Amino acid sequence: MTPTLAVVSQNVVNLTYVVAAILFVVGIRLLSSPATARIGNRLSAGGMVLAVAFTILLPEVDSYALIAAGLAVGTGAGVLTARLVKMTAMPQMVAVFNGFGGGAAVIVAFYEYRRLAPDPGALSGDVLGAALFSALVGAITFTGSMLAFAKLQELLPGRPILYRAQQLVNAVLLGATLLVGVVAGIAEETVWMSLLVLLGLVLGVLFVLPIGGADMPVVIAFLNAFSGLSGVGAGFVLDNNALIIGGTLVGASGTFLTILMSRAMNRSLANVFFGAFGAVVAAPGEAVGEADSKTHREITAEDAAVMLAYASRVVIVPGYGLAVAQAQHNVRELADLLERRGVDVKYAIHPVAGRMPGHMNVLLAEANVPYPQLYDMEDVNPEFPRTDVALVIGANDVTNPAARSTADSPIYGMPILDVDRAANVVVLKRSMSPGFAGIENELYYNPKTAMLFGDAKASVENLVTAVKAA
Amino acid sequence: MSASLIASITIFALAVFLGFELIARVPTLLHTPLMSGTNAISGIVLVGALLVSSFAESALEQTLTFLAIVLATINVVGGFLVTDRMLEMFKRKPTEPPE
Repeated sequence: MTPTLAVVSQNVVNLTYVVAAILFVVGIRLLSSPATARIGNRLSAGGMVLAVAFTILLPEVDSYALIAAGLAVGTGAGVLTARLVKMTAMPQMVAVFNGFGGGAAVIVAFYEYRRLAPDPGALSGDVLGAALFSALVGAITFTGSMLAFAKLQELLPGRPILYRAQQLVNAVLLGATLLVGVVAGIAEETVWMSLLVLLGLVLGVLFVLPIGGADMPVVIAFLNAFSGLSGVGAGFVLDNNALIIGGTLVGASGTFLTILMSRAMNRSLANVFFGAFGAVVAAPGEAVGEADSKTHREITAEDAAVMLAYASRVVIVPGYGLAVAQAQHNVRELADLLERRGVDVKYAIHPVAGRMPGHMNVLLAEANVPYPQLYDMEDVNPEFPRTDVALVIGANDVTNPAARSTADSPIYGMPILDVDRAANVVVLKRSMSPGFAGIENELYYNPKTAMLFGDAKASVENLVTAVKAA
Repeated sequence: MSASLIASITIFALAVFLGFELIARVPTLLHTPLMSGTNAISGIVLVGALLVSSFAESALEQTLTFLAIVLATINVVGGFLVTDRMLEMFKRKPTEPPE
């Protein structure tokens, strides 16, 4: 017999779960302002430590060697990942962590089922249902997240991976999975549960395969919601309120962000998951041919610098291209120079400017841009008519006026930044080639738009030098 | 339906509404930290892994529960730490670069 640490009763532990849940709620509440957010996150972490510590003190929890080893390995890996991950790689990391949460939920649910299944009647209907739900959702979350990671990390091509009769295959598989779930509920045999988990793992892969890189913000948010739901399921299995509340908060957050992201891209969820948006790239169509007859205006870094230096209001519109070029710090240097000359500088952040919700804000915060300069789309759009120069860096589709005016454009109806309403527009771009979605951007042929061609980082560096001389 | 199931459903339903109320107040500025922070909270499944760990007998069961604890702990520890790292960067006033 190993000695036990059992010093607390189940009731005491249940009360600490209530405290933990309150700390989670207060923690998320404090995320409503950047000034209190850090304290909020620490309160949530404190709630977690409390819940975990008191759980270990329960009489029936006594496999201390196993627990200590698991906590040590997990903590080591967690600390290393959190310290080393680059801010540009945040979406991949969140995807992996989502997957891990889902994976742990699968094991918990599977194990409860396996433990109780040989004893007929031990699993009541609701526990059984919750175990099957948690295992299935957790399994989909696990492999779906790993695949999302592989796509974001560019281990796999980011474009949608399509094959013949894909939707039919998925539908048949989903039907088969639900059937196996029902059988596993009736038969209460581990083999059926194993099969259910296996099918869930396959479904997770098939579900993310056809989704393109540009849709990743939606997918990550969706998998976030799923990882929460699998936790809720595990909470029902174990009749544990900490899991139910914690999981539900995550589910709500993930669902909210999923809806927000798909709205920002003007797409229905069904369209994101089954539409294979990126496939449009293969067929840019006649729009490109039409472009040949239009003319655009080029500008030198020196001329653009003069425009910026003698403006009174400048709005910088960063896109993911800026982060890819690692030009965040150069952009901040440019903004600092302009501010020192008395220019009012704002950043306009589109909701999908990045690879996950809010990603661009983090990247700019990392480059020491003070957050009061970061403006949401709704807040900055009324500013454009009063703006002297809008400086577009590595952003394309989110500035395309066709979304407002051209009813047959694929992006028609998508909320955009009204860059074209500024007095002057300077676009930093590598070439005239269309963006990710393969859609021609009318903004570039607007008479008040000037194009500054070249690598984003080099162009911004040239602007910095030229502004210094201006 | 058992009384405990009713209680669980009540808690779940209330938590759904509370969750949406809370999340709607978070500015878009902080959506990435919100995601990684709530992600860490979903690691609460670690509590579940701890609870089932003591029933593990066979080598397979022990391996499975060990794996569950490791995965959930990475989720929790990594999630909270990286969120803290991000939130530290959000400054109201410009600061000199670290170098």
